[in-house]
Amino acid sequence: MSLLEIKNLHANIGDKVILRGINLTVNAGEIHAIMGPNGSGKSTLCQVLGGRDGFEVTEGSVQFDGMNLLEMATEDRANAGLLLGFQHPVEIPGVKNIYLLKESLNAQRKARGLGELDTFAFMKQVRELVKSMQMDDAFLHRGVNAGFSGGEKKRNEILQMLLLQPKLALLDETDSGLDIDALKIVSEGINRLRGTDRGIVLVTHYQRLLSYVEPDFVHILYKGQIIKSGDKSLALQLEAEGYEDILKAAS
Amino acid sequence: MSEQHEIEALVSRDYQYGFVTDIEQEIIPPGLNEDVVRLISAKKNEPEFLLQWRLDAYRHWLTMTPPTWAHVHYPPIDYQALSYYAAPKSASEQAEIDANRPKSLDEVDPKLLEMYEKLGIPLHERAALAGVAVDAVFDSVSVTTTFREKLAEVGVIFCSFSEAVHSHPELIKQYLGSVVPPGDNYYAALNSAVFSDGSFVFIPKGVRCPMELSTYFRINALNTGQFERTLIVAEEGAHVSYLEGCTAPQRDENQLHAAVVELVALDDATIKYSTVQNWYPGDEFGKGGIYNFVTKRGDARGNRSKITWTQVEAGSAITWKYPSCILRGDDSVGEFYSVAVSNNYQQVDSGTKMIHLGKRTRSTIVSKSISAGRSQNAYRGLVHIAKGADDARNYTQCDALLIGDRNGAHTFPYIESKNSSAQIEHEATTTKVSDDQIFYLKSRGITEENATNMIVNGFCKEVFNELPMEFAVEAQALLAVSLEGSVG
Repeated sequence: MSLLEIKNLHANIGDKVILRGINLTVNAGEIHAIMGPNGSGKSTLCQVLGGRDGFEVTEGSVQFDGMNLLEMATEDRANAGLLLGFQHPVEIPGVKNIYLLKESLNAQRKARGLGELDTFAFMKQVRELVKSMQMDDAFLHRGVNAGFSGGEKKRNEILQMLLLQPKLALLDETDSGLDIDALKIVSEGINRLRGTDRGIVLVTHYQRLLSYVEPDFVHILYKGQIIKSGDKSLALQLEAEGYEDILKAAS
Repeated sequence: MSEQHEIEALVSRDYQYGFVTDIEQEIIPPGLNEDVVRLISAKKNEPEFLLQWRLDAYRHWLTMTPPTWAHVHYPPIDYQALSYYAAPKSASEQAEIDANRPKSLDEVDPKLLEMYEKLGIPLHERAALAGVAVDAVFDSVSVTTTFREKLAEVGVIFCSFSEAVHSHPELIKQYLGSVVPPGDNYYAALNSAVFSDGSFVFIPKGVRCPMELSTYFRINALNTGQFERTLIVAEEGAHVSYLEGCTAPQRDENQLHAAVVELVALDDATIKYSTVQNWYPGDEFGKGGIYNFVTKRGDARGNRSKITWTQVEAGSAITWKYPSCILRGDDSVGEFYSVAVSNNYQQVDSGTKMIHLGKRTRSTIVSKSISAGRSQNAYRGLVHIAKGADDARNYTQCDALLIGDRNGAHTFPYIESKNSSAQIEHEATTTKVSDDQIFYLKSRGITEENATNMIVNGFCKEVFNELPMEFAVEAQALLAVSLEGSVG
């Protein structure tokens, strides 16, 4: 059974049609990269899968781990093992990072019938993750993303992902705004999630992330449709030639 | 279901404390005149000086008009339609028999005890576990005071106001009205004329009160005003922490609560006064609810004295309340930490006054307002630095959090400085709980309700940190109930 199966997905925002029949299957153990020019529908796809209000799905279906994803509430999607990594993680001043980490982990454990993790074990795990993301412990006691640099926000997304251990991570432009050192740290984090029972979807503009996190498949999204799929060489071709030729060839 | 609908569904939840206790009551018929004032005084078997004090206040009140400057709107109150005294019968009979005798728990009507149990007030042994001494005021009279012996051992007096009038008339005479004079304002004058009961606390020189003191106020009777008076005196070097909680039944009529609280701190004394106010706020259409028109003032009379007000205001249809500090002693300190939550059609006009008279006096104001539904929430504050208050300092922070887009947050800060050595800082922010924040938290597996609570609690943390531990927990729970899902 595939982890994620998107069939003929159409979605609007207001009366603007954005997704025009997406088909995509992600199996456990696979990494997929979705690339495409600005305005092609990449972020909309992420938001629709994440359960954001304001989008209307007009056609198609999405199965996640055997469930009808589109009928699930946002928090239920998360608890079922879907993680959306944000392109622009929002700032929530006053809510400490550590509190968010604890609440979300416990919410997900509870949904899976597990008890709360004891504080000692939790702190140990979190400290190790903070270290691995090369962040300072003080970050745990700052407000969620409040006053974070772009790079810190993205590292925070990956840290949350590693703590929550989702079945499917959907990372929306996690590489944008990162300098080369931060890109490496973030990539290493993503690679650590990689495993035979998990899937990862990377949404990105650039090939450079993909040289650190090697995808099994690369898809090009254009005007709300996947117009071309291939292996990692497609990303290299795209990098070398730009979108224009590929788009022309595909149309 | 859209988020907006979810909110509305959640907001329309019931007020948890809206029950009415069916208990035999003695009520003076509605109406107010000198005879009523005399009758109240007679019921309490009061000394002549107090009756005169009440009558003076009443005559003064007749010459006054209600304040209209607050950012609140309500139809004129018919003061002749209100009853000014309601007492559970057993208590009032007893009061008449022997107003001086302390009432023990066994003598309290079991129905009353049951009600306090419903409210979760630790009146019995639970109180001992919590280490909280409780004075409970039901409508107009004080029902019981726990722990009096233990407190008496260290010389702390904690009893109902009526009792103190008999047992310690000299203290009442000395301090009553010395912070809030009878003619201070319209509601204070009314209270002074008709106040029925309340709490009295006296901490003698050098004593640190061994436990938190607590009063629970409950309005039960229909068409009854509640006018209680609290007086707390901390002598030189004394410390006390006091908490007040309030609830009322759910009624369609508006009920008036016009209390007066006076605090006096002598040299090196500290008084911490915390309030968790949860009067009935009215229904989702703005019908019913308490008018909470309260005068609270502390006089940091002694050098190096300190008064801290912490309030969590969640209830009442209308709140008109400005717990203030007169920083009279040199090096005295005043603090005000406030969370004011409003939902549905609630109206809040609250804040503080810091009057700096002494040298090197310091004050801190942290005000957090949270507005949801169609409510209006105003902070109104005055920082006054008098001519002689050399090197006075004030720091004010006013933050407003908006939930939804049909409510209003307003800030009216007044700063008057007559001394050029003063340092005054004022910071203000207004933020809105955004859909992005809620979605972000939901996408981590957190429900919308919990997401809102996390954001609101984070916003209020600075104030909750000032509350005694067990009440901080209560305050968080209260906020969660008041705002359940009110994100739009």
